[in-house]
Amino acid sequence: MSDIKSLNRNFLKVNEIIEAHHSDPSELISILQEVQEEYRYLPEEILNYIAMAVHISPSKVFGVATFYENFSLAPKGKYIIRICDGTACHVRKSTELIVALRKKLGLTENKDTTDDLLFTLQTVSCIGACGLAPAIMINEEVHGKVTPEKAEMILEEIIKRERVNNEQ
Amino acid sequence: MKTLTINGREVSFTDEKNLLEVIHNYGIELPTFCYHSELSTYGACRMCLVENEKKQLIAACSTPPKEGMKIKTHTDKLQKQRRVTLELLLAGHDRECTTCHKNDDCKLRKLASDMGIEEVRFSGNIKNIEVDNSSFSITRNPNKCILCGDCVRMCQEVQGVGVIGFAYRGADAAVMPAFNKLLSEVNCVGCGQCAAVCPTGAISVKSNIEEAWSAINDDSKYVVAQIAPAVRVAFGEAFGLKDGGACENLIVSALKTIGVNKVFDTCFSADLTVMEEAKELEDKIEKGLNLPLFTSCCPAWVKYVELKYPDFTKNLSTCKSPQQMFGSFVKDYYAKELGLESSDITVLSIMPCTAKKEECKRDEFKHGDHYDVDVVLTTQELIRMIREAGIMIEKLKHEPFDMPFGFSTGGGILFGSTGGVAEAALRVLDGEVKEFHAVRGFQGIKEASYDHKGKKLKIAVVSGLSNAKILMDRIRTGRSHYDFVEVMACPGGCIGGAGQPIQKNIGSREKRAKGLYDLDNKNQLCRANDNPMITKLYENWLGGVGTKKAHQHLHTQFRQRRRFESSIPLIKGSGTINIKICIGTSCYLKGAYDLYKEVDQYIKEKELTHTVNLEATFCLEKCTEGPVVEIDGELFTHTDKASVIQYIESFKETAQ
Repeated sequence: MSDIKSLNRNFLKVNEIIEAHHSDPSELISILQEVQEEYRYLPEEILNYIAMAVHISPSKVFGVATFYENFSLAPKGKYIIRICDGTACHVRKSTELIVALRKKLGLTENKDTTDDLLFTLQTVSCIGACGLAPAIMINEEVHGKVTPEKAEMILEEIIKRERVNNEQ
Repeated sequence: MKTLTINGREVSFTDEKNLLEVIHNYGIELPTFCYHSELSTYGACRMCLVENEKKQLIAACSTPPKEGMKIKTHTDKLQKQRRVTLELLLAGHDRECTTCHKNDDCKLRKLASDMGIEEVRFSGNIKNIEVDNSSFSITRNPNKCILCGDCVRMCQEVQGVGVIGFAYRGADAAVMPAFNKLLSEVNCVGCGQCAAVCPTGAISVKSNIEEAWSAINDDSKYVVAQIAPAVRVAFGEAFGLKDGGACENLIVSALKTIGVNKVFDTCFSADLTVMEEAKELEDKIEKGLNLPLFTSCCPAWVKYVELKYPDFTKNLSTCKSPQQMFGSFVKDYYAKELGLESSDITVLSIMPCTAKKEECKRDEFKHGDHYDVDVVLTTQELIRMIREAGIMIEKLKHEPFDMPFGFSTGGGILFGSTGGVAEAALRVLDGEVKEFHAVRGFQGIKEASYDHKGKKLKIAVVSGLSNAKILMDRIRTGRSHYDFVEVMACPGGCIGGAGQPIQKNIGSREKRAKGLYDLDNKNQLCRANDNPMITKLYENWLGGVGTKKAHQHLHTQFRQRRRFESSIPLIKGSGTINIKICIGTSCYLKGAYDLYKEVDQYIKEKELTHTVNLEATFCLEKCTEGPVVEIDGELFTHTDKASVIQYIESFKETAQ
């Protein structure tokens, strides 16, 4: 798995992040956000490490990490697909998109990440692209007027690209 | 003097910090779940609402009193509001009251009854979460939690431990240890103060009553009980006797009525502890070694040091606690006197403390498959057993303790209150002065100095672990220097232990302390070395204070404890060399992280990434000798870049 190679880099980065925030417990949320960007989620060991480094209890760090929807304690996919289910997208049949993509990726309401850690599927309330409804975001990229077919094509492309990358 | 109006009558107030206290002083007790005067104000339960002039409902606990304020405490609107709030709390609460530990002491049940709640109209959200029984000291039943947060704030603010916290949000919100681990898997010290403030049965003291009954009812067992000093001044509260009045003779009688064979006094073994500890202190001062000496009578404090200040375990007095010393001499010396095998004897402790339940199960106190102390009951459990047995306290005769271990001096009695251990030790060191007022009282941190053989000894007395934390940080950074430090984990010392009856009245702790000092005043002897029974025990058994035999039976050892089992993989090669760098607190402070960076760089420079596995691990339990590195199972202490590289190279050679 490519993940393991980057572990070391990640850990150095975690320390840089903590240092940049002067081990200040009042900057915990920022620290967690930046660490999550590195690991794509918040591993238990790292949360314990952060607690130790900023001198607060692990239970407090755990409390903050579970309070905010944005933080994840389970590994997330390399590509995070956010399907907008705000009013505009909803009336333009975003539900069909959700059903189709879940089926394609073998996911359910309770299982949002694929076993190969490539995709995570989330629904969000509004991404501010109502004119393009129904819209989805894949990582930072917005796709508008998406049909189930179009969405599947986008995913196929990503899967193909990843396969080529891995073979190299 | 300022005034405000409560229910149409003028009430004066001075510096009360909130309306709730003004109303309380006036004589009205508003219902609360989340308010404790010792904790920060949380304002979550919404039970203490009052109505102001504008007909707004405000929480009295979080409103400062103001001149001319007009409030009402029991309008129709308020009563309706409180009832609905209570009903909503009850809707999410496991209402198996008859089988609940807290039954009699449950605030939720009491308020529901006081307010005449006869039905709960809302269907509940009871999740049937598994009960956590993993700790020796406390039981956590999340199904009974009303999220008042008292336990969370107690653990964090007063005890400075913080093992439980709020997690998740909205309907999923819950109180739990980090990562929803079991209490036995986290840094819980077992002080039980969370259980003492929990208004419901969500956290309660773990019961060992069954074990106690089965020992008493087993004819082949000779049951020997000991009663801790703090128990006798709190026991009476449960039976409507005078607060703080000493009841040891009633307790002896009750235990004998139940069927206990002998009842002795833990104050006797406290005297024994003082003898050993005073000697240890004198020796250490003479040698100037590992000062300050920390008391080790309080098992929650001992565990706190082992977990949070592992580099200070060498400063803990090696003396066993009075409870454990009692177990030692009963199972070794007294068994022979009786002509019994130690396995024929069951030692039953009556303690004010929940951490003692864990202490008696420590490996150090286990011999084969039996322990020095077999069963620990709290004051609360003793009271329950007496009620279960149907014993009528008012018909009991006052019976004295059995001899020879029922005889103690005033010093041993003081062990139940903060400052008592220090005072008892000072009495022995001094030999003349009886009262050391500087170490008495309920302040969290007390300091005193005392001239001993021309040297000035600096002494600190602490209660409440968050105060201990303040003191430890001062000692660690060199801002303070002491020779002798007494710590008791619970605020006020053992009299405020979590095993004591729930304090129903403000000031009951002070009354319990007064009860102990009264007993001390009545006692003709105040110094442990004047106790003739102690002298006899040394003559017949140990040969003298601090002898080899005394060390064998009355002393123990403490160790650093691994806090996390987990580690962070950093480089995963396919190679054969496994390197673990400890980044636990002590090693971290000694530069383990910089060491890691250097080792990492070296591995990369030498292109060893395929031959080594590198892990950051949390504790290798050698905290005093950090930074610690483990290579292929072998531990290396006091490491630096050069030594680690040398080790790696030599391991590389053997691997080849």
